[in-house]
Amino acid sequence: MARFGMVIDTKKCVGCQDCVIACKTENKVPEGHDRDWIVTESHGKFPDILMEIRTERCNHCSNTPCVSCCPTGASHIHDVGGVVLVNHDLCIGCKACVESCPYDARFIHPDGYADKCTFCIHRVEKGLKPACVEVCPTYCMHFGDLDDPNSEVSKLLQSRKYHVNLPEAGTQPNIFYLI
Amino acid sequence: MNSLSRRKFLKISGATIATAAVLAGSAKTFVKASKKISERKGLEIIPTYCDLCFWKCGALAYIEDGKLWKVEGNPADPLSNGRLCPRGTGGVGAHYDPDRLKSPLIRKSLRGEEKWIDVTWDEAFDYIAEKMIKIKNEYGPESVALFSHGIGGSFLKHLIRAYGSPNETAPSFAQCRGPREVGFELTFGDVVGSPERTDIENTRCLTLIGSHLGENMHNTQVQEFSRAVERGASIIVVDPRFSVAASKAKYYLPIKPGTDLALLLAWMSIIVNEKLYDAEYISKYGTGFDLFVAEVSKYTPEWAYVETGIEPDLIRETAREMARYKPASLVHPGRHATWYGDDAQRSRAIALLNALLGSWGRKGGFYQTHSFSIPKYPYPPYPELKKESVHNPNNKYPFATGEQISTGIREATITGKPYPIKGWFVYGTNLMQALPNQNETVEAIQNLDLMVVVDVIPSEIAGWADVVLPESVYLERYDDLNTSPFKEAFVGIRQPVIEEPNDQKPNWWMAKKIAEKIGLGNYFPWKDVEEYLDTRLQAADLSLQELKTKGIIKAPQQPIYFEDGAEPEFLTPSGKIEFYSSQLAEAGFDPVPRYTKHPDPPPGYFRLIYGRAPVHTFSKTQSNPLLKDMMDENELWVNTDIAEKYGLNHGVYIKLKNQDGVVSNKIKVRVTERIRTDCVYMVHGFGQKSRQLRSTFNKGASDSELITKYTIDPLMGGTAMNVNFVTFEMEA
Ligand code: SF4
Ligand code: SF4
Ligand code: SF4
Repeated sequence: MARFGMVIDTKKCVGCQDCVIACKTENKVPEGHDRDWIVTESHGKFPDILMEIRTERCNHCSNTPCVSCCPTGASHIHDVGGVVLVNHDLCIGCKACVESCPYDARFIHPDGYADKCTFCIHRVEKGLKPACVEVCPTYCMHFGDLDDPNSEVSKLLQSRKYHVNLPEAGTQPNIFYLI
Repeated sequence: MNSLSRRKFLKISGATIATAAVLAGSAKTFVKASKKISERKGLEIIPTYCDLCFWKCGALAYIEDGKLWKVEGNPADPLSNGRLCPRGTGGVGAHYDPDRLKSPLIRKSLRGEEKWIDVTWDEAFDYIAEKMIKIKNEYGPESVALFSHGIGGSFLKHLIRAYGSPNETAPSFAQCRGPREVGFELTFGDVVGSPERTDIENTRCLTLIGSHLGENMHNTQVQEFSRAVERGASIIVVDPRFSVAASKAKYYLPIKPGTDLALLLAWMSIIVNEKLYDAEYISKYGTGFDLFVAEVSKYTPEWAYVETGIEPDLIRETAREMARYKPASLVHPGRHATWYGDDAQRSRAIALLNALLGSWGRKGGFYQTHSFSIPKYPYPPYPELKKESVHNPNNKYPFATGEQISTGIREATITGKPYPIKGWFVYGTNLMQALPNQNETVEAIQNLDLMVVVDVIPSEIAGWADVVLPESVYLERYDDLNTSPFKEAFVGIRQPVIEEPNDQKPNWWMAKKIAEKIGLGNYFPWKDVEEYLDTRLQAADLSLQELKTKGIIKAPQQPIYFEDGAEPEFLTPSGKIEFYSSQLAEAGFDPVPRYTKHPDPPPGYFRLIYGRAPVHTFSKTQSNPLLKDMMDENELWVNTDIAEKYGLNHGVYIKLKNQDGVVSNKIKVRVTERIRTDCVYMVHGFGQKSRQLRSTFNKGASDSELITKYTIDPLMGGTAMNVNFVTFEMEA
């Protein structure tokens, strides 16, 4: 079975937020909320500075606190690609998943349900790339099947150094950052 | 200055448009919408080109059940390659912006008080027509000036020329790119242009001096920059601030602001003294090399260290690095170049450094551009001009060629000399933030009998108008064709993808209606803009229908590098690359750039520098709901040590006071290691004072407000703006 994931090249990302805006228009994310966001980390003393810029979102983890804690089964793992999704009709807006996500990836949509990145599954199932991947002007984001050793994402992970966010949370995130 | 001739566009040969010619027969049948877009069902994808900045990327607008959904890049477009920048992606927000101008307005109290009466278009045009006729009778048609920015101004330019005025300007010259274009034209006989003809994609060494690509989002450049990073190109970044680009660089040179020319001279001296230049290229294409060598070889890295604060060894190493990769070594010319007052000479030094590297006309350097040749509309000839433009009396700035000095027109409006300026049309440019010293702008406006602003939002300058004309946003209108010079010739169309939400109108319609009211209807003989575009396209054997469907039509590739057969042509007086400029010498300027020291900030003051954020364009986009959501105020970057010394905490609000006692809006402090201790930085475009821009009114501070001082470039009249010093005011 496929396991969808992202491999993001922090050497190329410029933190322009295009991915954030594209997600907002594609998915009609309401004003004041975002499904993805940018983190800029810098260390050192001027002028000797090391800086990493990352675009972050739901990690579509393989070990999912948000699904385990959901009382209604609204939060679930989709049968395609292991994508973590929320069934709006089942969601009661109790915020258990919002609290349980170590990445702070979820928010309560003004219409009352928990919302977050869907890996643009509506696009992916049509053979398109996620909106953020498709828009990125630095081509730093890659999407694909991590279980397929010949996929672009797998090959990037074989050839480059990378890290994940909060490995200590034990969530087995599926977004990898090339360094 | 006739020796500096403008770019010559290459004409596309007949063979290249054979496919289009086949379709020309159907050119008259337009895709006529059966009903209004907003009443249609389903998904429609309509090509157009973006207007969130002036790069003009090809875009595809998605209309879902008659509603504007999203805008993506047009994959056929060579500028965007199917990907828009964040502003372009946020373009839908321009249509939905709740602060948009909705109907024509006429002022009902003092200028600048923003008190209006809603009027009909006819009433607005009657008002304008009456004043234009009066000004023409009393002072002559020359006394009306147009300030415009962007392709949307083209029909108003035509109106102003038909009316009989030579005074037509854009702040993009004397307040932005002008010094760069002059410096390059003096050296290579041609300008860098927009889009910049920089071959970042293929460069092996990219040197950025203050250019903060990645924060400055000119789309193609950022895309190519990331490809250069991926290919492992050597990147050298010179900036007082550790920019995003600096974080991708092999070498970061944290230069003291105001000393870039010292670094450039030292680099050139190393390349000359160590004979690292492209000798063959220089002997083939250059002239005055010996005189140039005699002048620059004296600038040692040790001398430059004292000025710039950059270690001599780092200066040596970076000079050798850029020479190692010549000619695929690109010293980026920058874009907003009005910094310190010797900007044309600094830009010339950048041009000369590129000349040493042999990068002009070469792969990985500066490519040769091509543009689609489409004949102009066959208008009747303009009335003969009786007076010259007021922008540069007595040719005071002898190298201000091609474009006019906006601040020169403002000056003439204040003084009434060489003749009075009594009317201003302002299109798509917020002069309050585009021109330095806001008091002078206000003073000039007081002398006007007519002040018309055409804009999509109630910009700050609109607040000073007598008449405000609400324009359709780019997604709702046609504009002229885009034939920007680029790596390949192409033509792009802007067409309406959705209707205006209120009583907004396209600029071409306004220009035509005003012309008809003042008896100049014969200058607008076309029925509507489609007929205008169709006429132009047919003259080039192209079809409007095809262009409307595809958005972009390209011409076949032609050589863009000398080594591939692009013809080297230097339109300088000597026909060569001028290492020594006789025309500068004759005009009394340094024929080879020389260093001048700029004053340091006094104790307790910091140099104010400003730049761009990826999600905003100037002061045009702050109220766009999507872009505002990304960034709704600017911050003041303050070095950690300085913040500690002055007791400034991260996130507190303070005000700034400049050397002339002007106090800013409050602005949030960003304590960071990413900037020098002698300057502070903010993103331009915030701190807006228009009360009608409810969503962004008074958010953040305005660098423009603090730029009361400016230094004028003696070559071309550019107004340098990085010459203001500020101190902190705690009681915010
Ligand atoms: S669009 Fe690409 S470059 Fe821009 S912030 Fe997102 S990931 Fe980074
Ligand atoms: S994959 Fe889709 S939903 Fe997730 S962040 Fe990207 S654009 Fe948004
Ligand atoms: S660079 Fe961005 S804002 Fe400018 S035209 Fe292109 S997409 Fe639009």
